[in-house]
Amino acid sequence: MTLLQLFLSFLQIGAFSFGGGYAAVPLIQGQIVNQHGWLTMSEFTDLITISQMTPGPIAVNAATFVGIKIAGIPGALVATLGCILPSCVIVTLIARLYLKYRNLALLQGVLGSLRPAVVSMIASAGISILISAFWGADAVIAFATTNWSMIVIFLLCLVLLLKCKLDPILVMVLAGVINLVLSVIRV
Amino acid sequence: MKQEKRSRILLRLFLSTLSLSAFTFGGGYVIVTLLKKKFVDEYHWIEEAEMLDLVAIAQSSPGAIAVNGAIVVGYKLAGMIGAIVAIIATIIPPLVIISVISVFYTAFRDNFLVSKLLQGMQAGVGAVIASVVWQMGADVVRSKSTASLLIMAAAFAATCFFGVNVVVVVLVCAALGVVRTLLHRKEDL
Repeated sequence: MTLLQLFLSFLQIGAFSFGGGYAAVPLIQGQIVNQHGWLTMSEFTDLITISQMTPGPIAVNAATFVGIKIAGIPGALVATLGCILPSCVIVTLIARLYLKYRNLALLQGVLGSLRPAVVSMIASAGISILISAFWGADAVIAFATTNWSMIVIFLLCLVLLLKCKLDPILVMVLAGVINLVLSVIRV
Repeated sequence: MKQEKRSRILLRLFLSTLSLSAFTFGGGYVIVTLLKKKFVDEYHWIEEAEMLDLVAIAQSSPGAIAVNGAIVVGYKLAGMIGAIVAIIATIIPPLVIISVISVFYTAFRDNFLVSKLLQGMQAGVGAVIASVVWQMGADVVRSKSTASLLIMAAAFAATCFFGVNVVVVVLVCAALGVVRTLLHRKEDL
């Protein structure tokens, strides 16, 4: 039953994430955190962080990570299969049509309308990640509960990424190290 | 003779997609560029123009771009079997790497140092996503397309404030894209 649920969840993630990269993040959050509660918000954020630092698509990494946590190696295999199955069917179908007719106008038209929506959906997922980082996974959002050092680290990282164009992996490691050093000093 | 050549192609396909998947950081857009380098510039198995269209298919189909890229290249070179070989080669590295990491993760998550490191990285990954959104959003704004801006605003309100399922947003926008493309085509005729 769990295996079937894993399969169906990742099937949806595979079928509805358009545009690559972070496009899968809001879908993974919806299925894994909000709908099934397989990961907490902070585990989910850790997963995205780990995915960033390892090779491989975020969705496949998430499938393996969640699959193993919920149902061991079979879970990882089933979830990964679910996540790539829509690609297999849809991509080979389109490739076959393309090799026959050589026309991609409709497909690119659809993508043109999806792209702005994908930006917004990634933004929404990013906001929930930041809320969890600033106020803890299930804490109330209030002035007193705010983790100020996290906000400072976030702003610093943003400057390093946008102004200094540093590598994202480097910036994330830096963020981790700064927080570690701050916590050790405080203890 | 032909049989032997085919199996050699499959082996080369397997090994090159495996190594690309294992060593490419930075997501699908990077991997399709490397696929092009390998199969167009190095092996000369695919024509440049055709590869551009195959990449477009990989980028505009649902799912991970790295997986889609492997499928189109594999399918183009050796049909269904080629696609399956390329997929397996592409998912082996993340499957193995994340399996190992997830074992360590559960063992180390409660360690004070590791948890502080991961906590800080949450702010870092939040910043990475924010910068990606900033860049992608700036592209949409720069396109000066009213329709795109409306879609962006509506999708943000729907997912962030009204908790609309992402799948619904995707389906609505895809339908909108079909209608827009068909209307454009009519104007052109």
